[in-house]
Amino acid sequence: MNEARAAAAGVSRKIRIATCSLAGCFGCHTSLLDIDERLIDLLGMVEFDRTPFTDIKHCGPCDIGIVEGGVSNAENARVLGEFRKNCKVLVAIGPCAITGNVPALRNDISLWDCFQEIYLYEAGAEGRQIPNDPELPLPFDKVYPVGEVVKVDYFLNGCPPSPDVIWKFLVDLIQGREPELDRESLRYD
Amino acid sequence: MTFELETASDPARLKRIVIEPVTRVEGHGKVTLLLDEDNRVHQARFHIVEFRGFEKFIEGRPYTEVPVLVQRLCGICPVSHNLAASKAMDVIAGGVPPPPADKLRRLMHMGQILQSHALHFFYLSSPDLLFGFDAHAGKRNIAGLVADFPEIARQGIGLRKYGQEIIRMTTGKRVHGTGVIPGGMSRNLSAADRDELLAGIDQVVRWSLQAVKLIERIFGEHADLYGSFGFYRSSFMSLVRDDGAMDLYHGGLRAKDDKGQTIFDHVDYSCYGEYIHEEVKPWSYMKFPFIRSHGGEAGWYRVGPLARVNNCDFIPTPLAEAERRIFRDFNGGSAAHATLSYHWARMIEMLHSAEAIHELLHDDDLLSDDLVNTGERRLRGVGVIEAPRGTLIHHYHINEDEQIVRANLIVATTHNNQAMNEAIRQVALQYLDGQQLTEGLLNHIEVAIRAFDPCLSCATHALGKMPLEVELMNAEGTRVQRLVKDPDGRCQA
Ligand code: SF4
Repeated sequence: MNEARAAAAGVSRKIRIATCSLAGCFGCHTSLLDIDERLIDLLGMVEFDRTPFTDIKHCGPCDIGIVEGGVSNAENARVLGEFRKNCKVLVAIGPCAITGNVPALRNDISLWDCFQEIYLYEAGAEGRQIPNDPELPLPFDKVYPVGEVVKVDYFLNGCPPSPDVIWKFLVDLIQGREPELDRESLRYD
Repeated sequence: MTFELETASDPARLKRIVIEPVTRVEGHGKVTLLLDEDNRVHQARFHIVEFRGFEKFIEGRPYTEVPVLVQRLCGICPVSHNLAASKAMDVIAGGVPPPPADKLRRLMHMGQILQSHALHFFYLSSPDLLFGFDAHAGKRNIAGLVADFPEIARQGIGLRKYGQEIIRMTTGKRVHGTGVIPGGMSRNLSAADRDELLAGIDQVVRWSLQAVKLIERIFGEHADLYGSFGFYRSSFMSLVRDDGAMDLYHGGLRAKDDKGQTIFDHVDYSCYGEYIHEEVKPWSYMKFPFIRSHGGEAGWYRVGPLARVNNCDFIPTPLAEAERRIFRDFNGGSAAHATLSYHWARMIEMLHSAEAIHELLHDDDLLSDDLVNTGERRLRGVGVIEAPRGTLIHHYHINEDEQIVRANLIVATTHNNQAMNEAIRQVALQYLDGQQLTEGLLNHIEVAIRAFDPCLSCATHALGKMPLEVELMNAEGTRVQRLVKDPDGRCQA
């Protein structure tokens, strides 16, 4: 009977997690998958909303949202806003999300120089022009840390954070504990 | 060829359908379709919408730093960028890596091919192949696989884990490790790690063979669908070894046209610029490379597992070679062109990488301390490898102070740009044209893209100019930035 009720209540029984990659390299998501067989245990505790591994294109109401990468264009900002709005707890994972990291190396150079060089001056480039279609989201002049754009509840450092750190952090959060990492696991590379 | 679907003659009159983001692929991409009132497709485009500018911002950095920096292009195949950049830096440092270093790099690379192919097949694509292209969207993912095909899921996780462990043992970390240096390696494999890998390798070879058999069976059961889905013919390009064998780490460039005729062969890859040019189109940040002798319209080609299995004369490990022959026979004794053949070719390569790892692990050179060579400094270096997704080119110039002054990267997914666009146009015509569009039908478009295993964050180079104005607000609702683009494409704050 209880089971039937749980089934009827459906999705709401499990913790719901969404993840996305903004201006990052996907390495933080790779590290999440590096929990290996524990992924099967994780799937017993949670269900995935929008992630790169599901076909849900927009983030719906979730318990935990995990954001990899900084904010480099208008589309990143839109997706981030959608996550903040829908996720009770928002986690910035990896230095790309936390500080901008490698993608933010472009912050010191002018975008104009950058695209001129890549699209106009490069040897072997035909049809020299700068892509300008309205389907391409407007790039920002700088890559912004996630925390400069929305409120972030947790920052999980490491490029990428190790699978063990991600696992411990998530299990604590899922089981309703304040996540705690020992000193040894707080290494960033 | 369906270049006619690239640009509709009268876009304003048409309705726009967008698939965004394309899911179960790495990185950021979207597809737009323009349809008339009868749902006939007039335009189909696959856009790369992100910008990085890597080639520009590594200018001025010390060349020894670059192999580690460029890994951050892609967290799925960091080893590929690390190795391609390091091969270029070998040339610049003037040091040909000694045989033990070469073998350690090959071991890393085979681990990388294994984990990347396993990730793509089991975690990302197999739900389409096992549940059907228009199965319920909630089912088509790794959770669905774990629930309904637990043994396949378990093997997929195990294969990927084994490849990742090889990377950890040779570079210190699974993602963004540091073992490779210009002229060689900074570490060898410990005997304990070697023994641990040896204990697992037989199972990995067995599971890889089962994966090839699985995709072979799926092809056999749905021969019509898998043969015709998004079908077109094209040229193929890949590296091959001197004797024509498949070699994913080193070789010369070979290209064959859509009829199997050789366009060029055993080309020294440092001259790639004489054979490949790139075109820019206004609607994608990703460039469109083509084979120069054939021109922009006809010169596009495919790279990756399908190109490599088609192009090589043989695979130098026995089980994978036997599977290559079965694959070729299935395709009437010639090159396979069907879009979904990528999956089959990818699994043959995964088996090859498992066998190659098996072979390497029996070589005591992996434990050697003879790891680096140096020589006379040069100012230019090109490094090319076959990354999991295809030919990866890194090209650098340095100055006398050992700083990068120019860099050019052509990543695998960029080579496949036109080919992926071609595939979605074929699928749009075959399945969507004139139909009432459903989620399942739209997934057909993504199935075609996924076959290539594109890595879209790798593929992103620079920026566009749109007549747009955008405001970025912070949590308190205060404006952080406002940007306007003028008609010259200049950004103004
Ligand atoms: S933090 Fe590191 S691993 Fe994560 S997305 Fe950024 S570069 Fe990749």
